[in-house]
Amino acid sequence: MTTEVSKTLIPVEEIERNFREIEPALSDTEARLEAQRCLYCYDAPCTQACPTHIDVPAFIKKIASGNVMGSARVIFNANPIGASCARVCPVEALCVGACVENTLMHQPIMIGRLQRYATDHAMREGAPQLFKPNPHNGKSVGIIGSGPAGLSCAAFLARLGYQITIYEQKEKAGGLDTYGMAEYKMAQIDSLTEVSWIERMGVEIKCNTKVGTDVTLEELETRHEAIFLAVGLGATSRLHIPGEDLPGVYEALDFIDQVKTRQWENVPIATSVAVIGAGNTSVDAVTQAKRLGAEHVIMVYRRSQKEMPAYHYEYELAKSDAVEFQWQTAPVAIIPNADNSGIAALRCVRTQLAPAAGKSKRAEYQPVPGSEFEIPVQMVIKALGQQKRVSFLETIPGINLDPAGRVKVTPESMQTSNPKYFAGGDCVNGGREAVDAAQHGKIAARGIHFVMTGERIQLAGLDDFKFPIPLTGF
Amino acid sequence: MADLKVNLAGIESPNPFWLASAPPTNMGSMVERAFDAGWGGAVWKTIGEPIVNVCSRLASVDYGPVRMMGLNNIELISDRPTEVNIEEMRQVKRKYPKHSVIASLMVESKKEAWEEISKRVEDAGVDGIELNFGCPHGMSERGMGSAMGQVPDYTCMVTEWVKGATKLPVIVKLTPNITSINYPARAAVRGGADALSLINTINSVMGVDIDTMIPYPNVNGKAAHGGYCGPAVKPIALNMVSELARDPEVGIPISGIGGIGTWRDAVEFLLLGATNVQVCTAVMHYGYRIVEDMIDGLSNYLDEKGFASVQDIIGLSSNRVTDWGNLDLKYKTVARIDHSKCIQCNLCYVACEDGAHQCIHFTQIGTKKFPFVDEDECVGCNLCNLVCPAPGCITMTRVDDGQQSMTWREYSAK
Repeated sequence: MTTEVSKTLIPVEEIERNFREIEPALSDTEARLEAQRCLYCYDAPCTQACPTHIDVPAFIKKIASGNVMGSARVIFNANPIGASCARVCPVEALCVGACVENTLMHQPIMIGRLQRYATDHAMREGAPQLFKPNPHNGKSVGIIGSGPAGLSCAAFLARLGYQITIYEQKEKAGGLDTYGMAEYKMAQIDSLTEVSWIERMGVEIKCNTKVGTDVTLEELETRHEAIFLAVGLGATSRLHIPGEDLPGVYEALDFIDQVKTRQWENVPIATSVAVIGAGNTSVDAVTQAKRLGAEHVIMVYRRSQKEMPAYHYEYELAKSDAVEFQWQTAPVAIIPNADNSGIAALRCVRTQLAPAAGKSKRAEYQPVPGSEFEIPVQMVIKALGQQKRVSFLETIPGINLDPAGRVKVTPESMQTSNPKYFAGGDCVNGGREAVDAAQHGKIAARGIHFVMTGERIQLAGLDDFKFPIPLTGF
Repeated sequence: MADLKVNLAGIESPNPFWLASAPPTNMGSMVERAFDAGWGGAVWKTIGEPIVNVCSRLASVDYGPVRMMGLNNIELISDRPTEVNIEEMRQVKRKYPKHSVIASLMVESKKEAWEEISKRVEDAGVDGIELNFGCPHGMSERGMGSAMGQVPDYTCMVTEWVKGATKLPVIVKLTPNITSINYPARAAVRGGADALSLINTINSVMGVDIDTMIPYPNVNGKAAHGGYCGPAVKPIALNMVSELARDPEVGIPISGIGGIGTWRDAVEFLLLGATNVQVCTAVMHYGYRIVEDMIDGLSNYLDEKGFASVQDIIGLSSNRVTDWGNLDLKYKTVARIDHSKCIQCNLCYVACEDGAHQCIHFTQIGTKKFPFVDEDECVGCNLCNLVCPAPGCITMTRVDDGQQSMTWREYSAK
């Protein structure tokens, strides 16, 4: 690591200021007045839009009536990670985007912030438990991965009376909620508070425990009647261009991971930073690079702005942070500096729409011959999406993956082709929102319970059990 | 510019907006500031034998984000010496000869006491007297206020005493805490009253602090029932005003009171037969300044509607309030939902399903699910229209041909 990328560029106090939450907590008065504004729609669009189908009008009206614990119970009953979802959900694309007040007053209800108000209240120091778990039923489920899917499944099963152990390879639990969210959206401590809230429900989490290394699959299969795979995704995809392994080249998730330590002196940053990719993680990377004091942050994307995968409001956030954009630009090489201790520039080529792109859903772009140019940067962040954990998943006998490397499951139960194994979250859907993973965890919990007991239970925000449900017993 | 002057039983005021007898008219300096702000008249805070008050004295009902939808008080009549109040009335009247100053009176039920105080305020030069037969708390336990207004014979008797002692116009202020407003009103007319004012406040307990379990307003751990007023009581007041405006045995002018906060409220009272209005809670909430828009709004309304004088609208809606038995049973409306204005909150659906007649169903249009009305099933009750938050989305549409009419009276006479 070069010295120029290991010091803070701006005073630490300024960085702290830059990383304050962009959506701070609502005061009691703000929450009450906002909750009173809710129309209390019937069969509400916000509830339909939520992947976990939280009964949004119900929890909001409980805030308005002063029943904040009851409000939190409605939320957690449908989504055990409701506190982190309140902070990191793309609400503009989900519940808030569906709010009828978009039409009436062009002023949708602040559903995410109200959800945070209620869940924070319930998770505060000394608050009573919201749910009384069933007596222990003598059955045990092992969960691999403590991210949103794993935590959600664990919480539901613990409430049903199961003994739950989560195996987490990292030092801290919470998965991407702990390590992967932009710090100005959710501080790491908030994710960890939610993790410990779920631990208080009787869930055991073994951190620093990598399955296959620290504990074998065979041991898990002996200990547990069923295993839920919530392993998420793996390393960032490679660019396959020269200079990719130079000092000063980072994977977006590693960079964000460093930011989340809030040890600003150790967070890599440079005056000019290029971020490759234009998804939501890329936006997290560019906005945080700016907040760390980088003067020039350039987002490099091979397609046009039209095809940008990031949510519109994320793009707006990047624009308001004065991020520069190089559309239709593909990296071809990372150029080292004179002594190979770091980076001097990112060499790129312009792209243009490929002819006959008709069949492909997404427009394909191809390089424009002779259009190569260099962007002078000292740091490159790759935000290219993550690879599937194919090599790990292939060690489990009888697990079928689809051609994209995703675990194949029965959607009603999340059971895999190996009946002892269930799966959910990013390893099944290829990488979506935390709230989608939470829903997977809930469906899996119901599926596991059905396979183990034959009992069909109703969980908040799930359709009635479909009959006959294609489950395999063991 | 329409003429806003009104004349209530010989008392002329520059506009129909009076302050009701209450804290905003507690003393001369307050009434002067009110007149400077534009109020046309003021009924002085009731005078009588000075009393001792408790604290706290006020409590309110909030509704959603709206504060003080209803207010209640357990304050008594003026706690200032009678001679001071009367002297200040004299000074205010001298300074504001065109504004109306009304003395509100409440003394014990003795002929001499009523005669004496009536003569004293007449001597001070006030324009009229209001007899407080309405105060429902505290004073009523001592045989005054609503204790008088609830017994028509007493109302008649005291009105006669005062009328015999003064040449001033006498307004009798009625309590709504009765079974029928007509009987005390007729009694006041029998006693010679020149006008009626109503409503006084309504018996009420405002609520209970569910943590301390002490009701409001908390007076060292206890509460008493108080008088309810403010926007929440307006429909009750409108009903009573319209009852008296239509009663041939009443036939004297009415000063309307109860939940008036805007010129619109005032217009409604005037249309149902009030000659002027009295305001209290809205001033206690926002100050004397609210009268500016009341005057401005009323004036613009009269101009827009082509009325030269505010007096021209008094009672225009009076004969449109009738007995249920006179309503047309053949008049039919159904709800219609304009999908271009529908926001899909589905409140009409759940209201009709659980609170009315199950005639709203859903239909899929494109990607959206819209409510629609089964017009054969719709009884035209209006509930869906009331709950709909989108302006103009639901309209109650007439579906009968207008050729026939039949009232219950006609139907049952057959």
